[in-house]
Amino acid sequence: MTAVAQLLPASRRPKRMTPARWGLYAFIFITALYFLLPLYVMIVTSLKPMAEIRQGNLLALPAAPSIDAWVKAWTSACTGLTCQGIKIGFFNSLRILVPSVGISILIGSLTGYALSLWRLPGANILFGAMMVVAFIPYQVFIYPLVRVFSFTGLGQSLLTIVIIHTIFGLPTMTLLFRNYFASLPVELFKAARVDGAGFYQIYALIMMPMATPMIVVAVILQTTGIWNDFILGLIFAGRDNLPMTVQLNNIVNSTQGERAYNVDMAATLLTALLPLVVYFGSGRWFVRGIAAGAVKG
Amino acid sequence: MQKSSVDIRSLQIGFGGLKVLENLDLHVGESEFLVLLGPSGCGKSTLLNAIAGLIDVKGGEIHIGGRDVTWAEPKDRGIAMVFQSYALYPRMSVRRNMSFGLKVAGTPQSEIERRVGEAAQMLRLTSLLERRPSELSGGQRQRVAIGRALVRHAGVYLFDEPLSNLDAQLRAELRVEIKRLHARLGATMIYVTHDQIEALTLADRIAVMQGGVIQQLDTPKKIYREPVNRFVASFVGSPAMNFIPGRLARGGEMVFVAGVNRLGLNGYVFRSQPTDAPVVLGIRPEHIEMTGADDQSSVPARVEMVEPMGADTLIWCRLADGTAFSFRRDADAQVRAGDALAVRFPADALSLFDEASGQRL
Amino acid sequence: MRLSLTSRLSAISALLPALLVMFVVYIGATSWTVWISLTNSRMLPNNNFIGLRQYEMLFNNDRWITSVHNIVIYGVLFVSLALLIGFLLAVAIDQRVRAEDTIRSIYLYPYSMSFVVTGLVWQWLLNPTLGIQHVLRSWGFEGATFDWIVRPETAIYCLVIAGVWQASGLVMAIMLAGLRGVDEEIWKAARVDGLPKWRVYVSIIIPMMDASFATAAVLLSTGVVRLYDLSVAMTNGGPGIASEVPAKFVMDHLFERANIGLATAAATTMLITVIAVVAPYLYWRARKGEMR
Ligand SMILES: Nc1ncnc2c1ncn2[C@@H]1O[C@H](COP(=O)(O)OP(=O)(O)OP(=O)(O)O)[C@@H](O)[C@H]1O
Ligand SMILES: [Mg+2]
Repeated sequence: MTAVAQLLPASRRPKRMTPARWGLYAFIFITALYFLLPLYVMIVTSLKPMAEIRQGNLLALPAAPSIDAWVKAWTSACTGLTCQGIKIGFFNSLRILVPSVGISILIGSLTGYALSLWRLPGANILFGAMMVVAFIPYQVFIYPLVRVFSFTGLGQSLLTIVIIHTIFGLPTMTLLFRNYFASLPVELFKAARVDGAGFYQIYALIMMPMATPMIVVAVILQTTGIWNDFILGLIFAGRDNLPMTVQLNNIVNSTQGERAYNVDMAATLLTALLPLVVYFGSGRWFVRGIAAGAVKG
Repeated sequence: MQKSSVDIRSLQIGFGGLKVLENLDLHVGESEFLVLLGPSGCGKSTLLNAIAGLIDVKGGEIHIGGRDVTWAEPKDRGIAMVFQSYALYPRMSVRRNMSFGLKVAGTPQSEIERRVGEAAQMLRLTSLLERRPSELSGGQRQRVAIGRALVRHAGVYLFDEPLSNLDAQLRAELRVEIKRLHARLGATMIYVTHDQIEALTLADRIAVMQGGVIQQLDTPKKIYREPVNRFVASFVGSPAMNFIPGRLARGGEMVFVAGVNRLGLNGYVFRSQPTDAPVVLGIRPEHIEMTGADDQSSVPARVEMVEPMGADTLIWCRLADGTAFSFRRDADAQVRAGDALAVRFPADALSLFDEASGQRL
Repeated sequence: MRLSLTSRLSAISALLPALLVMFVVYIGATSWTVWISLTNSRMLPNNNFIGLRQYEMLFNNDRWITSVHNIVIYGVLFVSLALLIGFLLAVAIDQRVRAEDTIRSIYLYPYSMSFVVTGLVWQWLLNPTLGIQHVLRSWGFEGATFDWIVRPETAIYCLVIAGVWQASGLVMAIMLAGLRGVDEEIWKAARVDGLPKWRVYVSIIIPMMDASFATAAVLLSTGVVRLYDLSVAMTNGGPGIASEVPAKFVMDHLFERANIGLATAAATTMLITVIAVVAPYLYWRARKGEMR
């Protein structure tokens, strides 16, 4: 007996997969299903004909996958009176997106630069006020802004919505760039001053080239934010420039008669496509963007 | 408090494909103070963490107090540990930091209070017990970290560079405190550092490590006086040991020959049979003596530079053939750059290394 | 460094857009909104000051009361569930699991999508005729009912389900960053102390992560007050007015019901609420920043 006991090591290598570890993976698996379920259902629904959908197998794979619903959603789904598909909204969103992202980053970075490196009187007050504003709901500003734009004659237009996105993107963009520039060694800035570079030269030739990572983050943040916007586009873009989200809502929620769920889901996926591509394409950058945006305040 | 020895047998540890420790053997006796000394990345922390049970070993065994604990949980090994970053629980008071582990382990409240009180008194923390770690100075924080280890009444205490985040003065103070603690508790202590002053002052024995291998395991004095290879010789000691390349010749007695200079080796204890392969002579700056020019065994040298270092002065010289070396005199030595002088290399203070292998001869 | 006149002028010129936005848009628009709410404006703004009468009417308005009631339910459930789930997800990912990047992407992707998309997907999933309820019944759970979205007393919980689905990933990302910031030696010290893992999280890690929790909670809360798109896309406030929310109340009264006095009173109430939440948080952060 004792001889056997001595031969056995006093303690053994623990098992790789403990019950706790199994529990952990089970938790991850189940939660992952919850998060993936809507995406999965969207995809399979969009590939089924209506006859199959009516049978009610929400989770079943399509018997005969077809992209008819996608084609219909893109080219001929009806939004209210017109039936030209969601592509109209797609191109509207694109026309809103490109200038809005560019201008808001330009102005935001310039503001952040001026507020961080140049010790201007009142800079901190201005910055603090902008941070408070970043949290305030749009409903507080919307009516006066509508009045101001109609007074200036711009009314609802592409230019209006671009300006609006620039205004509401300003706090976050300023914060992003201000914090980034403030984290750079101040000697860099002083050296440039000593070399006689002026305000805009330092900005364009030294600071912005160094801020490439922040620009990437800002582009990701603004692209998804502006693309996903609904309320501002609805109010300020005007009937001819309605963004994709607004059109999507119209397609789905203002249909008369039986709803074409496959077309609805195809249109929904098409609307989600660009943010999803940005998200999966940018990997860790997206997380960085969230982290940067999350320090708001 | 029980006393424990630590026994490590052919320990292997790796991260992925990287082998950090391979076939390492080490025995630490009861009540011994062992210091692990070595350059950054040589595997000191890895070894200590393995003893603590904080990383899995690939092979070999670890015994503490005669028990095989290779796969035991850290808390069941009879160890306590003090970390470089203190690793105090930031939202708990000093008292709770020290008592939390005991409380979770179900120790009776009266016993917890007794141990915390005792440790706090030993470390002069009694007046700080209700503070948060953020309200303490660096030295106080490290004392709390030591206190948290002490209340475990462990047989073996592990320290991973506990003083390296402190300034020089605090370091010296706490060093003394740790030494006093060791004398008082009589527990086994294993202490990682790359500060050789700490190693030399604290240790009963020092293990000098490089590349995951213990190069020499010996008393501080032996490590200092008789390094087993060139790595140990150059790593320990500041200012650094002088190295002079040359070869051995036999002419009645053994002599060391470097260019025109010959040095009698009467009194040097060879470990192995000397050959005529190229060798390197090593001598510490404080062992070189200044003599009169008429001394038979002296060599002439010229002073190149004088570095005052407070208590003493480091004098940089060259021999006639250009060989450079430095030696130490007390601060009031009247030597200036350009002076000519004569020096003697006492044979019993020398070290000789094989040039190819670096091993001591 | 003293600034020369030219660089000072340049700097001020760069700040012009920000100043313009600040004074004209933010301060100007806010003051105007507050002012309108104190008048008896209906279709168009006028200057007939009537004190707080609009607010009186507002809080006697059933639809507004329902909206406030709903946003409280939504806010409490959404914030606490998103914090809880997001934190648990972050803890799960922090256990050195395999395929960490993939899992994190799965948790976070909903956050990249618009509320309209989220609302429409969940509307489809939750519809009783063909959605999840139908699936459950076809699996043999004959009596299964999951028709919350068409029942007035439960419709608001559907918004919670969709909102939590979208925002938990954000919380997860914030929390994971916090967890990764914890000194590894704290974990080692806790293991030597023999603390069980859950105990370390509860007693040591969570108290250390107050900043992450505060940031996530404030972000989620401001999202709550803004809640509009989701309600419009998912239920359009229905059935009836069962899932109305304050932001939608404002928009409808501004642009459909032509009652801008009441709408701006509602907007001002929202503003005060947000400031009540955000101001202490910003103050706390500023204090914390000073102490470092
Ligand atoms: N978690 C890990 N993953 C991969 N490699 C590691 C890990 N930890 C340590 N290493 C490697 O193992 C080797 C030994 O590291 P260890 O931390 O033991 O060094 P050290 O002697 O304590 O150094 P220092 O004095 O800098 O603390 C190093 O080369 C290191 O890069
Ligand atoms: Mg180390």
